[in-house]
Amino acid sequence: MRPFAFKRVSAPADAAKLVAANRNARFIAGGTNLIDLMKENVDRPDELVDISRLELTAIRRTLDGGVSIGALAKNSDTANNPLVRSQFPLLTQAILSGASPQIRNMATNGGNLLQRTRCAYFYDLGTKCNKRQPGSGCGAKDGLNRYSAVFGWSDSCVAVHPSDMCVALAALDAVVNVRQPDGKERKIRFAEFHRLPGDLPELDNTLSHGELITSIDIPKSNFGQNTYYLKIRDRASYAFALVSVAAAVELDKGVIKQARIALGGVAHKPWRCTEAERFLAGKKLDAAVLKQAAELAVKDAKPLSDNGYKVRLTQRSVERALRRAAKI
Amino acid sequence: MMQDDLRRQPSRVDGRAKVTGKATYIAEFRFPNMAYGYLVQSTIAKGKIRDIETAEAEKQPGVIKVLSHKNLPKLAVPTPAPDAIPRPFYALTSDEIRFNAQPIAVVVAETFEEARYAASLVKVTYDQAPHATDLRSVLGSAFVPGREQPDRGTPENAFAAAEFKVEAEYYIPIEHHNAMEPHATVANWDDGKLTVYDKTQGIQGTTGYLATAFGIDRANIRVLSPFVGGAFGAALRPGPNLIVAAMASRELKRPVKIVYSRRQLATAHGYRPESIQNIKVSADKDGKLTSIIHQAVHNTSAYENFSEGLVGVSRGLYACPNVRTVAKIARTDLQTPLWMRSPGVVSGIFALESALDELSYKLKLDPLELRLRNYADTDPETGRPFSSKELRECYRQGAERFGWSKRSPEPRSMRDGKYLVGWGLATGTWPASQAPASARVILNADGTARVESGTTDIGPGTYTTMTIIASEVLGLPIEKITFVLGDSDMPPTPGQGGSTTTSSVGTAVKEASELALKALIDAANAKEDSPFRGVAFDQLVFEKGSVAVKGRPETRRSFQDILKGHSESSVSVLHRSTPDAAERGKYVIASHGAQFVEVKVDEEIGQVRVTRVVQGTAAGRIINPKGAHSQEMGGVVWGVGMGLMEHTEVDHKLGRIMNPNLAGYHVPVNADIGVIETIFVPEEDKIVNPLGAKGLGELGLVGIPAAIANAIYHATGKRIRSLPITPDKLV
Repeated sequence: MRPFAFKRVSAPADAAKLVAANRNARFIAGGTNLIDLMKENVDRPDELVDISRLELTAIRRTLDGGVSIGALAKNSDTANNPLVRSQFPLLTQAILSGASPQIRNMATNGGNLLQRTRCAYFYDLGTKCNKRQPGSGCGAKDGLNRYSAVFGWSDSCVAVHPSDMCVALAALDAVVNVRQPDGKERKIRFAEFHRLPGDLPELDNTLSHGELITSIDIPKSNFGQNTYYLKIRDRASYAFALVSVAAAVELDKGVIKQARIALGGVAHKPWRCTEAERFLAGKKLDAAVLKQAAELAVKDAKPLSDNGYKVRLTQRSVERALRRAAKI
Repeated sequence: MMQDDLRRQPSRVDGRAKVTGKATYIAEFRFPNMAYGYLVQSTIAKGKIRDIETAEAEKQPGVIKVLSHKNLPKLAVPTPAPDAIPRPFYALTSDEIRFNAQPIAVVVAETFEEARYAASLVKVTYDQAPHATDLRSVLGSAFVPGREQPDRGTPENAFAAAEFKVEAEYYIPIEHHNAMEPHATVANWDDGKLTVYDKTQGIQGTTGYLATAFGIDRANIRVLSPFVGGAFGAALRPGPNLIVAAMASRELKRPVKIVYSRRQLATAHGYRPESIQNIKVSADKDGKLTSIIHQAVHNTSAYENFSEGLVGVSRGLYACPNVRTVAKIARTDLQTPLWMRSPGVVSGIFALESALDELSYKLKLDPLELRLRNYADTDPETGRPFSSKELRECYRQGAERFGWSKRSPEPRSMRDGKYLVGWGLATGTWPASQAPASARVILNADGTARVESGTTDIGPGTYTTMTIIASEVLGLPIEKITFVLGDSDMPPTPGQGGSTTTSSVGTAVKEASELALKALIDAANAKEDSPFRGVAFDQLVFEKGSVAVKGRPETRRSFQDILKGHSESSVSVLHRSTPDAAERGKYVIASHGAQFVEVKVDEEIGQVRVTRVVQGTAAGRIINPKGAHSQEMGGVVWGVGMGLMEHTEVDHKLGRIMNPNLAGYHVPVNADIGVIETIFVPEEDKIVNPLGAKGLGELGLVGIPAAIANAIYHATGKRIRSLPITPDKLV
């Protein structure tokens, strides 16, 4: 890997300032993805600003009755936190279905949001990738694309976002709190945090360079235990999702008041199935409407040469996840 | 095997060293003043290197030199003609690119990190030529290497006339060994002598390779490989790391270490080739096979003819009068394939045993019954007897343990809640060979023994098995024996492949131990008062470090006493064992197994779990029960990987392997593995070798992928003929 300077900071202001001052600087916390990328020469920062000692680890109840999770809280601590477990079992389930215990013990929540695609072409410097090297071309679109996107891809990029946690956060309408280099804070709705590739696939999200995630707020919701995270993968554990579904339904006397459906492994960002959600709102709960919602969820899918299966698998997974969430 | 039985058996003698980190693997060895090499790999699959620009890399701190074909001296091997075949690959010796990610330069620096960073700054330009890496695109030029095998009987006629038949095509992708330990070499030239620590399965082969490459005498080369972190065939041929480290060390006059990164490892060695098999099988209404026509093709490289055979199992696994087998290879611009655990046989059995399963449904005959009706009591090819074959007992005990009689024959007829349940089986076999091998046994005056043999231990427990064999013969407890291996200065053995090490090296250890005891008695008898004078050797009992005349405990003398009284402080015997070729030639010698698999399928989402496996094994005498149990379980785990997940993905446009890492190339994790039971049926074999032991390493795997595919069909009614059986193939 490229030689780099390593600076440890003790205040968020210093961290943001240091990174903002150097286009080629990166924050590092758990490092579970960045170090890999550096070893593979995919990312070549010349300065790492270690934020792992910052006091951004709190997990606490918010004023509106939701939960705020610190950017530097570990994935494992977050998943096992009693507040999260009781109030947002969907998030716990999603986090625990990703990676391995060792990685979850290192990885932070902020880092989870910022992890980069696992597209094989992104990782292989001997191939073309617009995300790694803008303008070079996309190897996957007409190459091996069994793992690639079926929603929202562009000619320049068909990569998928690898996170499980983010799929749950998308379904729960989380809000990302960000500290800007000038010290101001801003909030980003989760749906607007990650991007679709468009013509700028090198940008995974809407953060500006030097902006630091400080925490993620999950608003109070009435889904209770009616949530489910379903992950389909090539082996029983320790694999990225072929397809994953975060489903949540709010029920009132057999009627679906509202539903949330987010998909992982199928798009450049956690993919919300808003049309299916709208369809379900106000419907009487039965197996047939859930099946119809699943059909709607994949209506706009555009499979590539090797990933047509993802459309079938997504539809079935959405239906199952909704059934599990609704407990029918 | 039951846990209680195993608890009393010897554990790995090197187990403590391995779990405490004291077992030293190649990347951990170092010499004073050692430099680190990092390989630069090509990004095209075929063509020529136009130029390698190294100025930027060589400017970096710590960089000593960038070496390539441009500045390395020639090897002693003759330069082959451009189209000659075989045209063995020696890294960094020419501008020719034969496969993608081919090593083309090495950056040598004071530290690994400096070398790796500088390697990223080496700029290579190419004259690219069109390549072909997809087997299906080169089928037209497939050919039979060597001679075609004549038909047995009239297979085409028999197939045409048959009432019950199956014809199907089976596909297996490229697979990689993905051992935990990466390929690595530490090389040091000192005064014309070359010492290497190298990850290898063949100390002698590696020594010979270096002698040829550098044109020096074998006596000036020492190869060491004391521990190997898994190899599975990947280290049966020397890797580019070996030759490059040795060239770099010679050139720079410093010790050089090269360790492959995981990403680079996909081209450090060959792979199980991509294969397409067409099978036709037919039977009469009684389920007697009337024909097997097994035609296979797999890829090789553009510069070597590698053939797995692959169809051999169809000639001998079942009694069938009409058989045709054709094994072709086709050239691709990938590197040469290599033997990977159960080479040829596991692939051939996947096709044959799947096809037989398909036939059983046409016949409406239980798949086990079909196999019993076609049981080969003698070798169907030659008519020769088997040296031993307790396969029938494997079927019987395996079926009983598994509960096979409770299987309902119809697909989709068994359920466990939301899961479809499927039961499948397959037969396994592996030839039980023996090759000449040597060992030295030293009896020390302190009552301990040292046993040396220049073999390796790639994981099966060779250290332990050899210690057990010596312990049994010498009558010494295991802890009094030190078995050492992995050094070309030790007595030579064949490479560790083909499940032959126990058979070959074990026989050498056994016979050398017997000769050592004879030498011990000679030593005792040098004294006039020896109670063993005039006593026949077979009347002596050796136990607990002492010897006595049978039935006369008063004659008991400890080894220490005998050796103390003798002018020599120890007895040392070097022995080379050779197989009894004449006797062996009268028989067909193989181990056998029956493998029963239960799967549970979540059909809606295409998820398969192998929940239960019973592995019935007939492999002669089991010398190291814990090791054997472990190996047979390992075979199942490997089979689950091959059946459900392993797949080297090649982008044929680029001719490049795209999942060269353990995140992209899936092998089973603990959560993928259900209950595995092993049964070792008693089998006496006086022919195979003096130990009566057959190999196990490959046998444990051979039937598993077929049994899984058969179980999936039974569960779902879907016949998947293409490995691996991933969720996308079932939804």
